[in-house]
Amino acid sequence: MLNVSDILETIHMIQDEHLDVRTITMGISLLDCCSEYVDRACARLYDKVTRKAEKLVETGESIEREYGIPIINKRISVTPIAMLAAASGGDPIKYAYAMEKAARTVGVNFIGGYSALVHKGFSAGDRELILSIPQALNETEHVCSSVNIGSTKTGINMDAVRMMGGIVREAAELSADNGCIGCAKLVVFCNAPEDNPFMAGAFHGPGEPDCVINVGVSGPGVVHAALKKAGNCDLTQVADIIKKTAFKVTRMGQLVGAEASQRLGVPFGIVDLSLAPTPAVGDSVARILEEMGLECCGTHGTTAALALLNDAVKKGGVMASSHIGGLSGAFIPVTEDEGMIAAAKSGTLTLNKLEAMTAVCSVGLDMIVIPGDTPAATISAIIADEAAIGMVNSKTTAVRVIPAIGKQVGEELNFGGLLGYGPVMPLCGKGAQRFIDRGGRIPAPLQSLKN
Amino acid sequence: MKAVITVVGKDMVGILAKVSAKCAEANANVIEVTQSVLQEMFAMIMLVDITNLKIPFSGMAEELEKLGNELGLSIHVMHEDIFNSMHRI
Repeated sequence: MLNVSDILETIHMIQDEHLDVRTITMGISLLDCCSEYVDRACARLYDKVTRKAEKLVETGESIEREYGIPIINKRISVTPIAMLAAASGGDPIKYAYAMEKAARTVGVNFIGGYSALVHKGFSAGDRELILSIPQALNETEHVCSSVNIGSTKTGINMDAVRMMGGIVREAAELSADNGCIGCAKLVVFCNAPEDNPFMAGAFHGPGEPDCVINVGVSGPGVVHAALKKAGNCDLTQVADIIKKTAFKVTRMGQLVGAEASQRLGVPFGIVDLSLAPTPAVGDSVARILEEMGLECCGTHGTTAALALLNDAVKKGGVMASSHIGGLSGAFIPVTEDEGMIAAAKSGTLTLNKLEAMTAVCSVGLDMIVIPGDTPAATISAIIADEAAIGMVNSKTTAVRVIPAIGKQVGEELNFGGLLGYGPVMPLCGKGAQRFIDRGGRIPAPLQSLKN
Repeated sequence: MKAVITVVGKDMVGILAKVSAKCAEANANVIEVTQSVLQEMFAMIMLVDITNLKIPFSGMAEELEKLGNELGLSIHVMHEDIFNSMHRI
């Protein structure tokens, strides 16, 4: 029944190839915490989160012990706070403080959901929450924020895009003394998924159940090692190898998720089978692309290689789990991937290439350091570009850029830990002020008429 | 319920005895052992029944890992489910 080589392969994957469950994220609905009094709503938020997630960290640790699978993070995602702010009015930052307090009590390392969904327009609570984001991210440690500014069905809310360019700048400026880390906790989305377990973009969508366990697996090192062993096979076989490896990795996530769900008495949501890199050596998505035969990640051929990788990961993972969701594909966060950092430093990986890559993989322009003096309108234009790619291709795209205040191309920002470090990447020198100032809404594309 | 104990390292006298002793202490019944010695490298995989374990699973895992550190070997204990789920459709 149990095969010796399977056992040794699994041990090898975990010990040497960085196979791990990247996160167990508990999604908690706060819809029943709404109140017309903001302080009461915050108290309800704190109570519900600490009650539901009381045993989350402990359960994660005991599953880790028993199965011998590293579970790196335990996290929480909540209903977009703008919805609670809509009911209560008052200063939305109080919700951020309550989330922070709850996160510290429970012991998770991030709590996501300080968010607003404005893909068609602004409603009560949205503007107030968005304007408070830079302060909220600067004054808390564990809170993550996201704003959905477009979708295939609704088009792109360019008023929100214009606003977010300024918000990203402000978040960088407020946290300039702290490596501009505010921006590392803020994601601007198009077609945001409601069940993504990864930060900073995790929130518990309004269509989700009351409480749910989502798992994010990872294993770029495992895929890399499998490809290396395979030698010079053709691309069909490369895709097969990646599929089979993705299957095994996802099965592990499914096992952990099902176990956590059972022990916590919370329904199992989804496995997000994303290849999520870390800055550690041997845990890089860029190196997989290079192993496929590129001299350096970012050169011609990168988009094709990434398209193969992303698709093979999804196909392999789909059989392995009862419910796949979240982002599920290959991540390309620059500062969190040792190979990407090297490619960006050498000048081979450019923003234009990254933009092309976002059309074929599961996230967008992620963890990219840009010059500190980048105008807000340019940041908005970058967001608009990414949103257009997501909208037209019916996929999720996002922007998480970090203006390195006080730094220029040639310098570096270091966040430490899993958020990594990276060079300031050059942008195009020409502006888009008038385009962004126009505001309004880019209409939904023809693809949205699927009825 | 079963667990898989893997032991990898430099061959020496008494490895099997010492690991089995820890299993006996914890009341884990050894079902199957497979091992090989290639030149000086020793690799052993034990399938043990942990249904009637006397101490918590994590306790046994810690004990065995500690033993591994003392003997300079790499000892891992894992639940059989992980292997069953990963290598089977």
